[in-house]
Amino acid sequence: MMRVAEPETAEEVLGQRNTVGRRVHAVLHRMPALSPLIVLVAACVGFGLANPRFYLAGNLSIVLQQASIVGALAVGQTLVILTAGVDLSIGAVMVLSSLVMAKLVKDSAVPGPIALLIGLAVAVLAGVVNGLLVTRVKLPPFIVTLGTLSIFTAATLIYAQGQTISLPPNTFLTWTGSAIAIGDFHLTVGVIMMLVLYAVFAYALRQTAWGKHLYATGDDPEASRLAGVRTNRVLLSAYIVAGAVIGIGAWILVGRINGADPNAGFNTNLESITAVVIGGTSLFGGRGAVVGSLIGALIVQVFDNGLALAGVDPNYQVLAVGVLVLLAVGADQWIRSVKA
Amino acid sequence: MSQPVLEAQGLVKTFGPVVGLAGVDIQLFPGEVLAVIGDNGAGKSTLIKCLSGAMVPDSGTIKVDGQVVSFSSTQQAREAGIETVYQTLAVAPALDIASNLFLARERRRKGLLGSVLRMLDTPGMKRDSKKYIDDLGITTLQNISQSVETLSGGQRQAVAVARAAAFGGKVVILDEPTAALGVRETGQVLRLIRGLRERGLAIILISHNMPNVFEVADRILIQRLGHNAGVITPQTHTPAEAVAIMTGAVTLADDGDTSTASG
Repeated sequence: MMRVAEPETAEEVLGQRNTVGRRVHAVLHRMPALSPLIVLVAACVGFGLANPRFYLAGNLSIVLQQASIVGALAVGQTLVILTAGVDLSIGAVMVLSSLVMAKLVKDSAVPGPIALLIGLAVAVLAGVVNGLLVTRVKLPPFIVTLGTLSIFTAATLIYAQGQTISLPPNTFLTWTGSAIAIGDFHLTVGVIMMLVLYAVFAYALRQTAWGKHLYATGDDPEASRLAGVRTNRVLLSAYIVAGAVIGIGAWILVGRINGADPNAGFNTNLESITAVVIGGTSLFGGRGAVVGSLIGALIVQVFDNGLALAGVDPNYQVLAVGVLVLLAVGADQWIRSVKA
Repeated sequence: MSQPVLEAQGLVKTFGPVVGLAGVDIQLFPGEVLAVIGDNGAGKSTLIKCLSGAMVPDSGTIKVDGQVVSFSSTQQAREAGIETVYQTLAVAPALDIASNLFLARERRRKGLLGSVLRMLDTPGMKRDSKKYIDDLGITTLQNISQSVETLSGGQRQAVAVARAAAFGGKVVILDEPTAALGVRETGQVLRLIRGLRERGLAIILISHNMPNVFEVADRILIQRLGHNAGVITPQTHTPAEAVAIMTGAVTLADDGDTSTASG
């Protein structure tokens, strides 16, 4: 009986060993987007000191516009990564979808809204293909999307026949590029759409059962299945919803470049993953917040813009992003290590 | 005795040439703890999987409250009031306690927020989680918003048991609930099991741990090589006799619970 009391006090002793490290760990564990937010604020302060022009409204609105494409894709990428998957084909799907939209309007004189719907359908279909290969054929998401990356890229190039499609501004499809000017600050419809995507998915992930199930499935698929979560449906839904988000990304892209370019944005495959990882979402699934990915996408653009304004060789931007990715993954590893 | 809440007759399950269950009967009454013991390969897990809907038996009948049922998924067993606490606990580590208790059974808000915006009733679920845990007399879980990965093995077990108790209408099946626990935590889980019994639930306890089984069980079903080797009680038999029956050193006479071991 005497022994029974002993571990209790030992636990209390451990509980009271509340060092600074432990407290920081606990806070980051609850709010994984906090550390990227600190990096973003620090970067903004630093680049502003290096060159005050960084703070000009015109410049800040350009940063936002540059972040809008990768920012939108990162929403879809976050959904997939939260399920412990990864989507390497995300940028290729966006380019394919944007090309379908623009080509239908330009070559076939299809009305803009219908072209948009068909383009969205293409992106959703791509999500269905990825999702079915992951859930039915049980292939690892990395391999599935590595394969579909090549397929969608090839489809894009074959379909485009080397052509770049240009559309006039202020049509339905290029509406996403039109800007609302607040002084020198040009807020494009595309940027607003991206921000709305974040708001919608921040809500869906935190406040709906679907969001809970997405986290649970990414966290521990077997436990979730035994608890009654239909994990295959959840996984499939993540890829399909990501497809719809990519389709909206394609629309933002069409507005931003006033058309479609088969060679545009292939880097966005990896850039969307970079944004998600820097944003504090764990590649092991089940941990993270979608708002972190917005912060991640902004960090990349702020470094790009800030270093250029500071007159630094742009290659250092690539270097800085690489360092940030490694730091973010290291931080995630530390955050995930929890003791009872 | 009253009508069994859960009853199975002549359950057979084979895996190719391997016989998992060779005609097993089980009866479970409300408010009792029935322990199922047996050596490895005795068919304990297969029996439990058939009863919890994780496996479909090749033949045999399962009745809940006298009604013949057939489960093709754990979801169906759950709807019939049979909850299972798996050895792996089936909790999502990064989610908090309340989210785990309500995992796959989330409740939405009333009104438009729930029906149109599908908003979860997070405060309500937290409140009820706290209530379930308090009702079970679990004192080790203080902060309902704590993530499960920060909990000890015994605390996680408590979460899994609380989930089963909160939603298990009739039967709670516990698969090796004390296997990974220390002495103090084992004691807590055994207390929980008695608490469930007092609430009128019927409990099936699968365990290798003879002292635990003899401490908490009302009846003990012994499985051997896919057959029922007999049903004993802690009053009529000693742990040593149970082990002897389990390993086949001794066989139980045919005339039921009260018979003595022979041979």
